[in-house]
Amino acid sequence: MEGVLALLVGLVFAAAIYLMLSGVLVRFVFGFALASNAVNLLIFTAGRLAHDRPPLISVGQEVLSEPAANALPQALILTAIVIGFAMLTFLLVLLYRTYAETGTLNADDPRLMDEMQEDDTRGTHPPERGAA
Amino acid sequence: MSMLLVWPILLPMLTAITTVLCRAKVGAAHWMALVGAALHLSAAVALLAAVIEGQILVAHMGNWPAPFGIVLVADYFSAVMVLITAVIHSAVMVYSRSDIESDLVRAGYYVFMQILAGAVCGAFLTGDLFNLYVWFEVMLMASFGLLVMGRRVSQLTGGIKYVTLNLVSTLLFLAAIGLIYGMTGTLNMADLHAKVALVPQPALVTAAAMLLMVAFGIKAALFPLFFWLPASYPTLPAAVAAFFSGLLSKVGVYAMIRMFTLVFTTDTGVTHHAILFGVAGFTMLFGVVSAAAQMEMRRILSFHIISQIGYMILGLSLLTPLALAGAIIYLLHNILAKANLFLASGLVRQATGSFHLERAGGLYKNNGWVSIGFLVSALALAGMPPLSGFWAKLLVIRATLESHHYAMAILAAVVGLLTLFSMIKIWAEVFWKPAPAPKDPGGKASVGGQVSAWMLAPVLVLAGITLVLGLCMEPVIRFAEIAAGQLLDPRAYVTAVLGGTP
Repeated sequence: MEGVLALLVGLVFAAAIYLMLSGVLVRFVFGFALASNAVNLLIFTAGRLAHDRPPLISVGQEVLSEPAANALPQALILTAIVIGFAMLTFLLVLLYRTYAETGTLNADDPRLMDEMQEDDTRGTHPPERGAA
Repeated sequence: MSMLLVWPILLPMLTAITTVLCRAKVGAAHWMALVGAALHLSAAVALLAAVIEGQILVAHMGNWPAPFGIVLVADYFSAVMVLITAVIHSAVMVYSRSDIESDLVRAGYYVFMQILAGAVCGAFLTGDLFNLYVWFEVMLMASFGLLVMGRRVSQLTGGIKYVTLNLVSTLLFLAAIGLIYGMTGTLNMADLHAKVALVPQPALVTAAAMLLMVAFGIKAALFPLFFWLPASYPTLPAAVAAFFSGLLSKVGVYAMIRMFTLVFTTDTGVTHHAILFGVAGFTMLFGVVSAAAQMEMRRILSFHIISQIGYMILGLSLLTPLALAGAIIYLLHNILAKANLFLASGLVRQATGSFHLERAGGLYKNNGWVSIGFLVSALALAGMPPLSGFWAKLLVIRATLESHHYAMAILAAVVGLLTLFSMIKIWAEVFWKPAPAPKDPGGKASVGGQVSAWMLAPVLVLAGITLVLGLCMEPVIRFAEIAAGQLLDPRAYVTAVLGGTP
């Protein structure tokens, strides 16, 4: 089972890296989502798999009897999922705003490359600004 | 006693919450941030005072015993990093009062800054690898908010590079955590110190260490992973840029020093002496050479952040007591000098209307105090005696010579000279050159512009600290040697965390 999951992690990572390197930022988002899932699966696999054995201490016993599922990786994954979700949301909003301002999400587009094109004497902040 | 460790994290977080509630009242938010920064500073001073009394402080969160629960640990290195964070935090808060516009305050500028300050302290104090990851994420999230707050196009495009590369870094960090947990069954750093040596396949440990090195390397802007930094930092308001440049990339350096002295010391031939050593050299060289080609003040400073980080990593890679002490002093000196230079760049912008070397000028004649504040930090950065940077460079280069890496020592000295070249370029263009005539007659008069006292005061105070640090180096070096000793011989650290079972 570990072998299959390890292969799967590798496969998903490969797909994610391919997407991330494609040069289109929307594909980067998909790549990021895939990669964070691959990492979660990696933590899950690394934390030893035990099928159908909940980590419960049976009646009359003091400690957990081996083998049992490891609860800690699941707690780690849960944290990572929540954080990854927040990051993904932010990334999507950032890309949306960038697309609205520059009209492109192609990483090789000069409009995205040239970060110092505007004149600094115009002010540290723009004079007009929207509500949100 | 253990609450001492919690306050430097908790106080900024509490301030953040209260600032959220009154962010619409700009005046109240300013004062609240100042009070929060002052409290943060006093908590940090109390922590350092307690640590200097000769013990490593440990707080077990929720009273769970060490390898199972999360611990906060403060040794000399952590405590002094927390203190310097609080100093920069306070300086930036005072500076923000004039520099940050009401719009940004209403959008939650102070909230993000306080969360960022708390998260940085959390990263310095935690003794748990997964908790370190969480603090990194909190830091990232707050910095994302600050990064795009002005919502200019350049901030968005710079922000994308910062965000994407840092997200990749967190993924690698998390993957490394998964592998390390799989091999050792623990994520407590003190526990890892012993457990890593017991792993049957040492090559796997080195692989996980390399993953972590890349993850921290992206944060710390090491060669060849630094491209996001000069793209995003120059787009920020001066106060934010000062905080980021002083502290964010240094958290990566701190994490690297912590992990590669406490945990990953099983294969130093590969990880330290080969890879980190080479990376340090390239980082110094590429940063300083790229800076020489720039003509915008903040971009020059951004590239110098990179080259200076090379020195710290050089100190780590040698792994001798003198080198590590040098790296620690370098960190402290660089945080002060670098943050101050960015704050000074904001003053230059206010006085002359431009960050660009060609369009600014005449500041030495018109704003003597700004010039002093800039010059002290710039010369400290370049390593002129008797300022703090000289001693930091001296220690690192001496340690390099003692390890018989003569070529690297020469490189480090040459990079120092090139740093001086860049600083003198800024000095000659912005301060000595007569102010250029404004291009458009309708434009604001750029000559002799007044600067705000709220912005000038922190610059002078930080310059003063740099000066005093350089003049009274003896106790600082002794302090750094003890800190380096604690890093190189982590038995005391492990015993303090795990309670007598090293």
